Amino acid sequence: MLSPEGNFAERSSGAVTDDKLRKAVRKTVDRLRDLRRADELPDPKTLERRAKAQAVREHSVAELPQLLAQFTENCERRGGHVHRATDAHEACSIALSILRSHGAQRVVKSKSMVTEEIGLNEALEHAGLEVTETDLGEWIIQLAGEKPSHIILPAIHKTRHDVQALFEAESGMTLSSDTARLCAHARVRLREKFLQADAGVSGVNFAVAATGSIALFTNEGNGRLVTTLPRVHIAFLGMERIVLDLDSLAAMAEVLPRSATGQKLTSYFSIITGPRRADEVDGPDHLHVIVVDNGRSAVWKDPEFRDVLRCIRCAACLNVCPVYAQVGGHSYGGTYPGPIGAVLTPLLRPEERSANELAEASTLCAACTEACPVGIPLHEMLVRLRAREQKEHPRRLERLALRVAFRLLRSPRAAVIPRVLRLAASGTGTALLLKKLVPPLERWQRARSLPPAPARTFRALWQELEMEEHHAH
Amino acid sequence: MRLTAADHSPARSPQLHRYWSLRHNPPRVHTALFITCLADQLRPSIGVATVRILRRLGLKPEFPAAQGCCGQPAWNLGHVNEAKVEAQRMLNVFRDYDAVVTPSGSCAAMVQHYSTVFGKDDALTQEAHILAAKTYELSAFIVNRLGVKNLPGCFPHRVTWHASCHGTRLADVRSEPLQLLSGLEGLELVPLPRAEDCCGFGGAFCVKFPEVSAAMGREKCSHVSSTRANVLAGNDAGCLLHLQGLLSRDGTPTRVLHLAELLEEAATGRAAC
Repeated sequence: MLSPEGNFAERSSGAVTDDKLRKAVRKTVDRLRDLRRADELPDPKTLERRAKAQAVREHSVAELPQLLAQFTENCERRGGHVHRATDAHEACSIALSILRSHGAQRVVKSKSMVTEEIGLNEALEHAGLEVTETDLGEWIIQLAGEKPSHIILPAIHKTRHDVQALFEAESGMTLSSDTARLCAHARVRLREKFLQADAGVSGVNFAVAATGSIALFTNEGNGRLVTTLPRVHIAFLGMERIVLDLDSLAAMAEVLPRSATGQKLTSYFSIITGPRRADEVDGPDHLHVIVVDNGRSAVWKDPEFRDVLRCIRCAACLNVCPVYAQVGGHSYGGTYPGPIGAVLTPLLRPEERSANELAEASTLCAACTEACPVGIPLHEMLVRLRAREQKEHPRRLERLALRVAFRLLRSPRAAVIPRVLRLAASGTGTALLLKKLVPPLERWQRARSLPPAPARTFRALWQELEMEEHHAH
Repeated sequence: MRLTAADHSPARSPQLHRYWSLRHNPPRVHTALFITCLADQLRPSIGVATVRILRRLGLKPEFPAAQGCCGQPAWNLGHVNEAKVEAQRMLNVFRDYDAVVTPSGSCAAMVQHYSTVFGKDDALTQEAHILAAKTYELSAFIVNRLGVKNLPGCFPHRVTWHASCHGTRLADVRSEPLQLLSGLEGLELVPLPRAEDCCGFGGAFCVKFPEVSAAMGREKCSHVSSTRANVLAGNDAGCLLHLQGLLSRDGTPTRVLHLAELLEEAATGRAAC
């Protein structure tokens, strides 16, 4: 799940020098933030909508086992099949055996982050199947051989010229870089894939326990084709993405599009209940729902982090994250980038040590927590993850440095700090030596001047201030 | 208290009524100054200005010398025990005061969240709540606790405000500094585009990921430049030192001032409005 190359520090320091990437990401997140702001800030109903959504998700997480059982029963009553997968490997194997049992060769997919998480495309392709992503952004990423860099806008880091080049390579045609024409081209190419497909694979935004339905919010219409045209529909459900009933779903419909794209509702909102019935013309003959655990049960059992399972993958936290805007999604190395990724990745993959550093990749500005429509305290969870990491793998030198600094800072000897600073700024051999001995000094000075050192600390000045007051009387 | 010529001036605006009435009837608030490490070590003028502003409001702020760091660096780096030790020290240092005033939104927020550090069941949690309730960022203290919405002063400059994340989101200090700034004569307050974005300081973040931190800071600086303000003001020394470091490295002449320094300069400076 994690990119094997480098760590966050290495990937991000490369990304911040990539002006094209930063501009592309910045332009789009700014647009989304503005859209969302226009919709939300002056509206006093926002808080009410969020409170409702949060209550729904709190209930979902609290009652998760019961809701899953209820969903399974109701979905199967309507002719669907529900499978449970404990990990990525099992989830892919279940899908593969379903596809094989139907003799499926060609698969079309609509956007789904959980299938990214389990590496479904690679597994199916490895087994000799043809997989085509039909969400425009996902298709672009697939053609580029990359991973999504944003939860709802997988190709946010690509410019239209990048897309033109990818489409030209795929089709062997010469294309314009006009976005409307590029979209029209994709529509024609993908239509062929839809018509040839033996099976459709989708994600699930929310499963509805009371009706056994699955709900999908999409904007491009490809989701409808994927879930209705082929004979077989396989839907991947992240284990926690479930709500009690249709009223609860309505509460989610009030916040998901608003938080994701600033829309009141997405262009398409589908509620699918079972496969095609005898009296229906459209729809698949077979519906399979694969419920993916893949580390979620462990998170559910952890009281410090359980609330993260409220997440509805709206990506609002990415769009407001100042770090994400600078480094892009690939710097995070996992399926889920941004603040939610920095929390979720180390939780879902506790055995991957390198995931823990993601919690460090934040200034703790709390913009994510403020943006979250379901009230996940993301910045607090980042601090909790850091504390957990310290407990399991203590950074002893850092701890010692803190202890020494705390002692120094409350004593008159603290006056040494401005003196050291003056030396560090002096440009002498001692300054160079200091930089070597105290890495933070060197790291500060890579892009910033040192602050001018004061003659005396406040502590030293305080006596004079007291005298001043004394004389005034 | 020493009265100045201005105390007898007939031309007192009604907005300053509360200020003048406090000067004549000093508030009985036993006030401690929590200076913060950065202001103490790197920018003592912030502390000096804070003391003088509070004195002009009729208070006699004390500086308990046993104070140290609030523990935030330890807490944010995950060193829970070290943070607890510092938090406990702070509880002791400030126990006997009515109010604790600090010129930092971030350090105020840390102190206000000590109950999280101790955890729900700790014996010290109750005391943490008491300290939280009486700890104020400087402008919040002046506006909310003292009820002073305007301070006298003249600052004939174009100023833009950096709203620090911890001050706004964690300590909920949003309008107070702007209220005090906009009351100064001659001051032209220009809104900072994308003001809600973090400047990239982030405590240890700025030296753990210096490239990302600097990229965030440079973006903030470009927004500052776009306002054509002569002065960038804020209420957190960390953000300000980071931004000042970037601006001065680039040779940008924008002055970077802490709110306390600005208010002090406005009250005592020689500029005429």
